[in-house]
Amino acid sequence: MKALFLLALLWSGAAFAISDPAEMLPNPAQEARAENVGRQLRCLVCQNESIEDSNADLARDLRHIVRARIAAGDADNQAIEWVVSRYGDFVRLRPPMNASTALLWASPVLAVLGGLGFALISRRRTPAVPEPLTEAERSRLADLSPP
Amino acid sequence: MNRRQTLLLAPFGVAVLAGAGFWTVLGRMKAGRFDPHDVPSQLIGRPIPQFTLPAQEPGQGFGSADLIALGRPVLVNFFASWCVPCVIEHPELMALARDGLPIWGIAYKDTVAAASGFIARHGNPFTRVARDAPGQVAIDWGVYGVPESYLLDAKGVVRWRMAGPLTPAVVSEQLQPMLRTLA
Repeated sequence: MKALFLLALLWSGAAFAISDPAEMLPNPAQEARAENVGRQLRCLVCQNESIEDSNADLARDLRHIVRARIAAGDADNQAIEWVVSRYGDFVRLRPPMNASTALLWASPVLAVLGGLGFALISRRRTPAVPEPLTEAERSRLADLSPP
Repeated sequence: MNRRQTLLLAPFGVAVLAGAGFWTVLGRMKAGRFDPHDVPSQLIGRPIPQFTLPAQEPGQGFGSADLIALGRPVLVNFFASWCVPCVIEHPELMALARDGLPIWGIAYKDTVAAASGFIARHGNPFTRVARDAPGQVAIDWGVYGVPESYLLDAKGVVRWRMAGPLTPAVVSEQLQPMLRTLA
């Protein structure tokens, strides 16, 4: 039973919001491309879902448009550009490299550099090796420690 | 204060700064000056997209050619009877219309009866009203929710856009100064 359940879990694919099979393109290759395009486009109503995942009206409208454009012969990036020209780069779930996103893309490098810098500074701050014990201290230590 | 004390106080300083920032953001959100979900319009500085839309009672429909032919600044307002923030901004639209700003309305994804009922209930600030039931023209404008307002200059170029309700703060701090530069 458990094995069956696990097997079912393995089989289950990603769940998409296409609630109406009539939304899908009859050509499976085109439908796959449209889904791939839709997964790269942000639903501006929910903002953290792609238009393939969202149930919002606007996401449904955009799914229709993407499918219509793909069916009409648009390349994937042409369909994406169509939406980006209306809603801007924010609609891409994968932000492009440009002047306004440079800081975003550089942030992992900056974080590593910052960490390295911090490590270097705290290393430099570690006090030098302490002075060796004097003869008097050593004999006192010997007295204190159990044999 | 020695170095150790400074270090101990640092987390509190960070917390106070974060709290102050958070408080400012919340205040600005409440006044309608800041929307964390705001997506900047791609139309700013660009001419409006071409379209023609059918009439919505009580106004006559219109298209991009009519907006350009008007030859003076005009506010294009996307609204819907099912939209709560549209009710909130309605008094601002009425006041702007009284002050002589032409406002052209587009009923977004609404039925004729519901949209005309909304205007009858709350008053009509619109010079002309069109309807975009499928919401396709709205997508060409980059609309992602209602209400949205676009200020066009005399040539039909978009100068300013507000996604969300026109609050008194938005009108006095953004729209009015923009109107003065266009006058």
